Amino acid sequence: MSEGERLLEVRGLAVYYHGRRRGSVIKALDCIDLSLESGTAIGVVGESGSGKSTLAKAILGLAPIHSGSIKLAGKDITSLKQRSRRELSRILQVVFQDPSSSLNPYITVGTTIEEPLRVHGINNREELNQRIAKALDQVGLSPDVVNRYPGQFSGGQKQRIAIARALIINPQLIICDEVVSALDLSIQAQILNLLADLQKSFQLSYLFISHDIAVVRYISNQILVLYQGRVMESGTAAVVIKNPCHPYTRELIASSPITNPRAQRKQRDERQWERPSGGTSFTEEFNENGCPFAPRCQFAIDICTIERPPLKFTDDGGFTACHRYPEWQALQK
Amino acid sequence: MNKHSPTPVNPNANKVTTGTENAGMQNWSLGRVLLHKPLALICGGFLLLVILGAIFAPLVAPYPPNALDLQNALSGPTAHHLLGSDELGRDVLSRLLYGGRRVFPGVLEGVLTALILAVPIGILAGYFGGILDRLVGAITDALLSIPTIILVLVVIAIFPKNSHAAMITFGTLVSPGLIRIIRGETLPLKDADFVSAARVTGVSDLQIMIRHILPGVIRIVIVQGSFIAASALGYMVALGYLGLIASSGEAEWGQMVASAGALLNRQPWLLVPSGGLIGLIVLAFTLFGNALRDASAETIAATPGPVSRGSSPLERTAQPQGFSPGPSNKLLSLINLSVAFSSRSRDILAVDNISFDVNPSEIVGLVGESGAGKSITSLAILRLLPNAARIVNGQIMFDGRNITGMNDSEFDRLRGSSFGLVSQEPGTSLDPAFTVGSQLGELVHLHDGVNRKGSRSRCLDLLNQVRIRKPEQLLTMYPHEISGGMAQRVAIAMALAGRPKLLIADEPTSALDVTVQKEILALLRQLQLETKMSVLIVTHNFGAVADLCDRVIVLYAGQIFEEANVFELFDRPLNPYTKGLLLANPSNAQPGQPLPIIPGRIPSIGSWPTNCRFAERCPYAADECLAGPIPLLALESERKSRCIRVDDLRKEGIL
Amino acid sequence: MLKIIGRRLLVSLPLVLIVSMLSFFLVLLTHGDPAVVILGMNHTPAEYEAVREKLGLNEPALTRYEHWLEDLGRGDLGVSIFNSEPVLKILKGRSGVTFSLIIVTTIFSSFVGIGLGIASAVRRGLLARIVDVTSLLGMALPNFWVALVLIAIFSVSLRFLPAIGYVQPGTSLSGWLKSLVLPVIVLSAPAIGIIGQQTRSSMLEVLDSPYIRTLRAGGLGRSSIIYRHALRNAAISIITIVGLTFVSLLSGTVIAETVFALPGLGGLAVQATSQHDLPVIQGLVLYFTVIVIIVNLIVDVVYAWLNPRIRIS
Repeated sequence: MSEGERLLEVRGLAVYYHGRRRGSVIKALDCIDLSLESGTAIGVVGESGSGKSTLAKAILGLAPIHSGSIKLAGKDITSLKQRSRRELSRILQVVFQDPSSSLNPYITVGTTIEEPLRVHGINNREELNQRIAKALDQVGLSPDVVNRYPGQFSGGQKQRIAIARALIINPQLIICDEVVSALDLSIQAQILNLLADLQKSFQLSYLFISHDIAVVRYISNQILVLYQGRVMESGTAAVVIKNPCHPYTRELIASSPITNPRAQRKQRDERQWERPSGGTSFTEEFNENGCPFAPRCQFAIDICTIERPPLKFTDDGGFTACHRYPEWQALQK
Repeated sequence: MNKHSPTPVNPNANKVTTGTENAGMQNWSLGRVLLHKPLALICGGFLLLVILGAIFAPLVAPYPPNALDLQNALSGPTAHHLLGSDELGRDVLSRLLYGGRRVFPGVLEGVLTALILAVPIGILAGYFGGILDRLVGAITDALLSIPTIILVLVVIAIFPKNSHAAMITFGTLVSPGLIRIIRGETLPLKDADFVSAARVTGVSDLQIMIRHILPGVIRIVIVQGSFIAASALGYMVALGYLGLIASSGEAEWGQMVASAGALLNRQPWLLVPSGGLIGLIVLAFTLFGNALRDASAETIAATPGPVSRGSSPLERTAQPQGFSPGPSNKLLSLINLSVAFSSRSRDILAVDNISFDVNPSEIVGLVGESGAGKSITSLAILRLLPNAARIVNGQIMFDGRNITGMNDSEFDRLRGSSFGLVSQEPGTSLDPAFTVGSQLGELVHLHDGVNRKGSRSRCLDLLNQVRIRKPEQLLTMYPHEISGGMAQRVAIAMALAGRPKLLIADEPTSALDVTVQKEILALLRQLQLETKMSVLIVTHNFGAVADLCDRVIVLYAGQIFEEANVFELFDRPLNPYTKGLLLANPSNAQPGQPLPIIPGRIPSIGSWPTNCRFAERCPYAADECLAGPIPLLALESERKSRCIRVDDLRKEGIL
Repeated sequence: MLKIIGRRLLVSLPLVLIVSMLSFFLVLLTHGDPAVVILGMNHTPAEYEAVREKLGLNEPALTRYEHWLEDLGRGDLGVSIFNSEPVLKILKGRSGVTFSLIIVTTIFSSFVGIGLGIASAVRRGLLARIVDVTSLLGMALPNFWVALVLIAIFSVSLRFLPAIGYVQPGTSLSGWLKSLVLPVIVLSAPAIGIIGQQTRSSMLEVLDSPYIRTLRAGGLGRSSIIYRHALRNAAISIITIVGLTFVSLLSGTVIAETVFALPGLGGLAVQATSQHDLPVIQGLVLYFTVIVIIVNLIVDVVYAWLNPRIRIS
């Protein structure tokens, strides 16, 4: 796979779960398109209920796919059986959010890290030790951690161990599911730097899932904005964040805390005239027809609640799912 | 360590020292941990002794079990018969030893049966779920519905005098309980991320069960095995007592108790060795199981030994007495406050000599990373510290009064009316058993003492104050029916019920979506303007601080590292730690460029160095920083910073 | 609510059938010839055969089971092989004793256990240690032994309480109470331990939760917190344990009634077992199972009442 070729391609992906009531269906993901080129990173942003974690699970074979297709390195993996996942894991690995649950507390760090190698038939003790030591070195940990249990490490260290486990098999694509969300600020920065370094050194690609737009902007080339299971906007990360083409993206960016008190107060004054915050509906309701963001959108008009918004191309080649694009941008302020 | 030359913040220090902070507990196996527990040693040793005695009874027992000695019948403990003799002069000690040869194999049978049935079934049911799980659930429910002894009696009726059949039946009837426990342990394990990671790697289900689930289950099984052994022993001797498993005359513990009972009038002593031994063995199994459970938890945890008793959450504690300084215009003053956790051997400081003030109608941010001590500080003000923590030094002044020395009932009245609390997890901050209206109404009634109509109207007022759109509907709902943002608003309303002068918000937005966070922060700002109360917000989120606060206090490793007005802090931090944190924020970063980071980690509680606690991570640390404790220096315009190199670094243009 | 009761009953019906079938066929495997036990040893084979015919012991197993089920449908549990009395009558006659024992024990140990559990959760230190030790001892010492020791002290030495025998409440209330004191103490010892420990750990867990902290921060007083909020939330696991205790007491009565010679169902069980009195054994198993089902039903209902989540969905 040479650089620039499509490593991951998702078309029309839909993931449905059974609702609590008989016959009801929860559409966790609907009509998702994305493509990721080798050696690049795409950030998937959204809040709770957006489906971003479900997207990761679907690619990893951990969620039931209703329709659509997923292609990895040219191969269609949509309905891949569990058995064939083994071969796929040479290319695709994952690091999860919660350091406490991403490592088995009852087995040693060494046993955890070497598992991918063992699965692929590498059983020679010497070779295993060598590769474990190398992986640990790559993530900045000393080799004597192999006999310890995860409970003896801090959150940041546990994440490094999880990254070592993902790296040891030399994958091409690593799915990072909120990997820094549970970490302190200074540790977050260390792990982000580590991920960026690894990407450069090994030509890795990332599917980087996060609720934090600043983090996504830092580490990703492309960005995908999700809301209640659907794509709201996609494009080049820097462009989208500087000039969002969808009201929800704008809302997300505006809600991200800026570490500048003057700017914050200015922003707050500007937003005075907006809809008063009154708390959202009691439980999240799912809007089937029309745009899912319409109930909260200040630019919404009738058609927004009736018809699903079409995908419109934006200036830099991305797209946005909004009826009122590009007019709404002029309506701001 | 860098000396005086100015070096930029180190960009490629990805390396982490895996310090031996958890030294002394490198990686102890279960056996080693057990050997260090006196209880485990005593019980284990006792059990071993008794079991060996039973195995080697023919060699060790002073008499054969049925040897008659009619002359010395019914004697108490004598030189001839150390534990006395029964009505036929048979030696009690010998009969106990020989009886063990029956009892222990029976106990083993019972335990093994239970384990062999429960482990695979429990793991399979928990792992695969679905129909298998429901089937197993139905069968275990059914088995648990049958009173054990009835079925055992039925089995004995079929196989009379057959202890094997009885104990295997016992094991079978005990297994449903164990299946439930094992299944309960398997469920969270199978959903854990490490199992997902293994699945992604292509590990087969069987391998996952063996490699990932079994280690966790085995720990539980070992502990439960001990408890089941205790139970099995009790069972077996009970059956023996009823005369259902041994032939008469045979040395069997239950029967020995029975005959001792019959001979109560003539030699009451006989009850003691028989029952006493049984009781001691059961006790030993139980306590050994407890020790196993503790040891197992310790081998995989971070710190050795449990953090011990401490006081109960509601226990009345004595607070350190102190002086009362003169009247001041500050609403809240913390003076040299120190809070410590009590562990087995010593007190470990979590908050070290902190002093700061909150003025009336001011919003102060208490910022820091985890382990800095900010949450503990806020809880100390409210006297809601966790069990093992307590204030060991300092005063807290509120509204001119020294509240540290107050007794508990006086202090209880301050809560809610003088200060209020909003905590982190909105989902669990509300009592799941009561409706919103009920809980809110309870607090309103407490503070306002109004009748039902007045209480309801005040509740609606409060909910309106936190900008909830349909408050009447909300009053009848339960916490599990409302969203996180809504629950947090309710929590704020509950905190406002007593019209507090100071609202302490402990990470109020960390568990919420970012758009909801924005709303809650705006709400807090609004409320502060309306009620003129002060707010102390404890958070690790600098953005929230920039948005909301008038003044900021930065905590690190239990100490105040910097204090300043919010604009000044963000424009020009005067402490390398603060500066490092602000630089490390990804929103300030250039994509493509490495993030300027702070290497290393915050020193953990209990291993704070005596010199500057940030020195080992500080790019500007000099010799003087390592020499001794660093004071908090007062700088211009009410700023403070705990850095002795502030002037140097300012000259060099770094700060 | 009705749905919950309905579901429990639906699950229980097959349970009862299975248990009855199980016990029926199990006992069929017993050795020993009831005919011999009835007539004694010195009779001719023909006479034994006659008895067996009369009792229907020669028919195939499945037919016998069918007969039994039919009788059951009419409320007829059969007749004891040995004293020829209807099983149902025997069971009813002995129920009073056993139920007095179990109900009094459950109430007593629940009060004491829950009380100790709350006290040791709220006020740690010495009290907690005492509760720990006494509950461990209560569960470790074999109950028949404790019974004998108590008899030795209170009946033999002090002559305070009767060693054996049961007095009907109708005859003499104080006599009835006195005859129950020692058995209840013996049965309560482990129950108090278990209930106390569960109460304590549930209370501790609840008292540590964020919502208790919210209420305390709101200014709510100590007793409101403990009794209105904490106990309410801990109640679910406490009720479960009380239910389990009740069920295990059914087993416990076997020993207690034997030691104290109380004419209850437990003693009947031992007797019927050694006599191979099949109809009585079957009747007992069925009876006990039904009792357990009813107890579980009550626990389910209380559960639903306590837990708003179940109630609403």
